[in-house]
Amino acid sequence: MGNVIIIGAGLSGLSAAMTLAEKGQSSLLVSAQPSERAQSVLAEGGFNAAADTMGENDSTALHFEDTMKGGVYLADPNACAALAENAPKLLEKLISLGAAFNMADGKPVLRNFGGQKKKRTAYAKASTGKMIMSALIDEVRRYESKGLVTRYPHHKFVSLIVSDGECCGVFVQDIYTKKITAMFGSVILCCGGMNGFFPEMTTGTTANSGYVQAEIFSQGVAFANLEMLQYHPTTIGIPGKRCLVTEAARGEGGRLFIKRNGGNYYFMEEKYPELKNLMPRDVVSREMYLTRRQTDCEGEVMLDMTGLSEQVWSERLPDLRQELKEQLGLDPAKEPVPVREGIHYFMGGIFVDEFHRTCMRGLYAAGECACQYHGANRLGGNSMLGAVYGGSKAAQQALADGVKSAEGAADMSKAAFEEARPVFIKKISDILLGALGIVRNEQTLRAALDELGRLSGSNSDETARLELARAMLMSAAERRESRGAHFREDYPEKDERLRRTLVAQLKNGEVALEFRDLPERRVGDEAQT
Amino acid sequence: MKLRLDILRRKNADSEPYLQSIMFETDNENATVAFALTNICSGENVTDVEGKPVSPIVWEHSCLQKKCGACAMVIGSRPRLACDARLAEFAAEGFVRIEPLKKFPVVADLMVDRSAVFDALKTLGVWANGEVGAPDRTDETAYEASRCLQCGCCLEVCPNFYAGGDFFGMAAAVPASRLIDQLDPEQRKELSAGYRKKVYNGCGKSLACRDICPAHIDIEKLMSASNSAAVWSRLHALFGRKNRGVKK
Repeated sequence: MGNVIIIGAGLSGLSAAMTLAEKGQSSLLVSAQPSERAQSVLAEGGFNAAADTMGENDSTALHFEDTMKGGVYLADPNACAALAENAPKLLEKLISLGAAFNMADGKPVLRNFGGQKKKRTAYAKASTGKMIMSALIDEVRRYESKGLVTRYPHHKFVSLIVSDGECCGVFVQDIYTKKITAMFGSVILCCGGMNGFFPEMTTGTTANSGYVQAEIFSQGVAFANLEMLQYHPTTIGIPGKRCLVTEAARGEGGRLFIKRNGGNYYFMEEKYPELKNLMPRDVVSREMYLTRRQTDCEGEVMLDMTGLSEQVWSERLPDLRQELKEQLGLDPAKEPVPVREGIHYFMGGIFVDEFHRTCMRGLYAAGECACQYHGANRLGGNSMLGAVYGGSKAAQQALADGVKSAEGAADMSKAAFEEARPVFIKKISDILLGALGIVRNEQTLRAALDELGRLSGSNSDETARLELARAMLMSAAERRESRGAHFREDYPEKDERLRRTLVAQLKNGEVALEFRDLPERRVGDEAQT
Repeated sequence: MKLRLDILRRKNADSEPYLQSIMFETDNENATVAFALTNICSGENVTDVEGKPVSPIVWEHSCLQKKCGACAMVIGSRPRLACDARLAEFAAEGFVRIEPLKKFPVVADLMVDRSAVFDALKTLGVWANGEVGAPDRTDETAYEASRCLQCGCCLEVCPNFYAGGDFFGMAAAVPASRLIDQLDPEQRKELSAGYRKKVYNGCGKSLACRDICPAHIDIEKLMSASNSAAVWSRLHALFGRKNRGVKK
């Protein structure tokens, strides 16, 4: 009897479980905390789909083009074409599950988002992730009642069970009892981004510790484009983390400015007259960073939402207003909000093909943990789409490949759970942050690698984290060009020869890097646009 | 700001609870209980007020911005999210008492097993067998109902709820209110029956839940919508013939 094990119960994990159940395949849904605690509930602004409900002649072809352009053509074109093509159908599905989108005349209302010329982002005020998650959680519960999904709550991933180079299951640990058990079957990783490598410095959750990524990297799973970290332009500092101010704030009319010579300098509007404040995130973050350093500019970059109408505040962004009032003690409808760039998304991650297969047979990855769809810079609204579509695609591929047996034997002596000490994680994080900022250069990256080389781990997780951190820095050093979120002041231009995927893998205990060609776009594919 | 944290700790479910007091100092005026716990756990050689070493404190956390419900605990005798409890609130007293939620079995320290919350949703059958369908305009009831964090704060203050009991409380009623009037007739009948038995009949209307909800969910509005769908519509159906007769 075949079995599929899904690690992580956020948006991509739920999507994978739902897809498998729809096809009659049972799955085990493993997560340290319930789905309600997943990072997906934090997603604010929306879900991209060229549903064209606003009379703007939008199309999936334009969605595809914007996604590729926004990612500076570093994404797999076949995967992105299929993503854009399937988006309207997926949005319909979410609506049919009762996700509480903003609707008018029975159709989803769409709004502007960065890097896109058409209104394409479906939303539920500024709580889109929470609304989608609530609907999907209920749907998966239906399959739980039918025995098609079995949840393993309060269980965390320990390691992959690998036999002859193939993944045939996982070791997991019950957080309550500390008992470690082996599960066998095909494995889909839906474990989110590597926030835990940058504690307190990302907009994500502490639950996404990066443990899974470090562990599987040490087990030989290939990663890609690790240098591609997304800094979101508008975040605020709250105790213990960065807190996102949704891009929808600018989509609905919010403006960025900084004080210059006593006046307000709307730098994005002056420099980018077409998309203005809605340029892709990599561009906005870089401009903010550089503008703040101009000698004639002073203070923080401000996000001015005082021009938004009462209707926008009440129907589209009431939750954002409430949040800013509570977190900062100011009313964004009345005064501008100081904002800074903050780490928000990992475009790089587990190296997967168009079908979400990793380099290891039997192992798939989807959602933020996978390097797919977003190239060198993700467009707002494409992450939830990528998670829902990717989870489903991975599930379909696991079925197509023939799911692996639920029976097996494993050497339990290899199943030990060790966790890095927070103080060690902090040391790695300080080194990474020093070199992987918005502007990078060879010298700083090399110095960071030297510094990292002076650390040594005292347990398996610490050692594994060191290697993955090394791979991040080496990747950033190796990509000697500027593309999307990766800006090298010593190589400020794009280099078309490097429009390739940078794959990192641990081989014989050493990090090995390799540029691999991107797949050619297939002609005549039904997913082509 | 300097504050004494009195934390009710327990190594595991079977061991005796004990109170450990730790001094915490920060210059972050917005620091929360979650911030303090994070820093205590990540600090090196942290000791309590008696000079004894502090082992890592077990507590659940995830988003740290009031959107996931993980870090619910009893802080200063009120159930609330640790990421929403500013230390400055307690600065005048100079200390704050931090305990695990009491309505759920303790796993260790501040971590409790909230399985009962999720089991209730399963027992009640909170899902839709058919398509819910696209509403004409934004469905404010569905939006409000979908905001529930499943944190358990409402259950902690509820005089009628205990884990494993017959009354499921608002953590089940709120998500149910998203669907109850959206289902096909057969499933609606089932969920309505469950709602009457597990929610409506057991609710003493103390409304303690309303004021404690960290998401500020409009519980009364949702309850009134659910009551209308699951209770009053049934009464209408029972007495429908007579009513219609009167109208004629």
